[in-house]
Amino acid sequence: MAGIDSGSARVFAALLEARTGQRIAVGRSWRFEAALGPLLQAHSLDRVDQLAARLIEGKDKQLADRIVDALLNQETSFFRDAGVIEGAVEAVADRAPLRVWCAACATGQEPLSLAMLFAEAGGTMPEIVATDVSSAAISRAREGTYSQFEIQRGLPVRRMVSWFEPAADNHWRASATLLGAIHYRRHNLIADVPPIGEFDLILCRNLLFYFAPHQREQVLARLAGALKPDGFLLLGAGETVIGQSERLRPSARARGLYERVPDPADSNRVYTGR
Amino acid sequence: MKTCLIVDDSKVIRKVARHILEALDFSVSEAGDGREALTHCRQTVPDVILLDWNMPVMSGMEFLRALGEEPMPRRPKVVFCTTENGMAHIRAAIEAGADEYVMKPFDRETLHSKLQIVGVA
Repeated sequence: MAGIDSGSARVFAALLEARTGQRIAVGRSWRFEAALGPLLQAHSLDRVDQLAARLIEGKDKQLADRIVDALLNQETSFFRDAGVIEGAVEAVADRAPLRVWCAACATGQEPLSLAMLFAEAGGTMPEIVATDVSSAAISRAREGTYSQFEIQRGLPVRRMVSWFEPAADNHWRASATLLGAIHYRRHNLIADVPPIGEFDLILCRNLLFYFAPHQREQVLARLAGALKPDGFLLLGAGETVIGQSERLRPSARARGLYERVPDPADSNRVYTGR
Repeated sequence: MKTCLIVDDSKVIRKVARHILEALDFSVSEAGDGREALTHCRQTVPDVILLDWNMPVMSGMEFLRALGEEPMPRRPKVVFCTTENGMAHIRAAIEAGADEYVMKPFDRETLHSKLQIVGVA
């Protein structure tokens, strides 16, 4: 690649892994240059290695945060894999009270999609806890405001007019009903303890493949520990617990979802021992 | 291969949309206004129509209403694609029978997403 030497790439890769556990493979180091371009402009720098030098200098205390935020893949859209999300919502929609954890929520499109589905199902609106390691992403998610391009990715127009209203500069803002159901917070799946309490449904989609195998196991163990004994975990397409975790298994109750392997601590609650 | 009729009085928009749609494996036809589009639909019903709002001769809304009165073996999906991005226009399009709505300017991902939503991509 033209603009980044291997030393700078290693600096950024090490920072990202130390902060989030996520890895960028050597063969994908072009991502550094693509992702850090706007940051170069903001700091009036020409090359990515100059940014690495400034990071190492350590004078700008917030630079590391901004670099990590820029490197995180925040690719998301409304109703991504719509059928799969609808199936997950259907599996728990008749429960009350209902708690949902949307881990790695990026800029909020996924928890908003969930909130729309639960609201349209007509039951109790769940408490949705939505977390992401990026404070910039969480900040944007809290605003609930999306550009004309973002709002049109995956969101049917009828839902757009039902649940969003026009905002300034061709943006659209989610309704207070949706935003009120979601509690956003910054959370690091590797370093932080899970949100308090157990969840009926946890979504952690398209994230595991960024982790090393031992960290994948660690994350899955934490997610298993945060599930209610009869709760469900939804992963991304192509992600699985098989061979990655002893504490989770494909659910026989709901297709495409995972559930906790019962342990003795569950025996007084729902596990019958059969 | 799915078929799409692009209805827009702008040659530039038709060219951009055609480029995107052909990359998505659509067979594409073009019309410069609603009347041309209606003539096309009487001969061949496309799977989806990408429809501008403001056009000479016959507007997108006039076309949509006229299309509704045409006897047809099957109804094409209609996706408005317009700079009329206000809530009132969007609601009016939905009430008139549009299946989806693309706010210009658009990109490949937007168009692909809307075509997936109406079930033709």
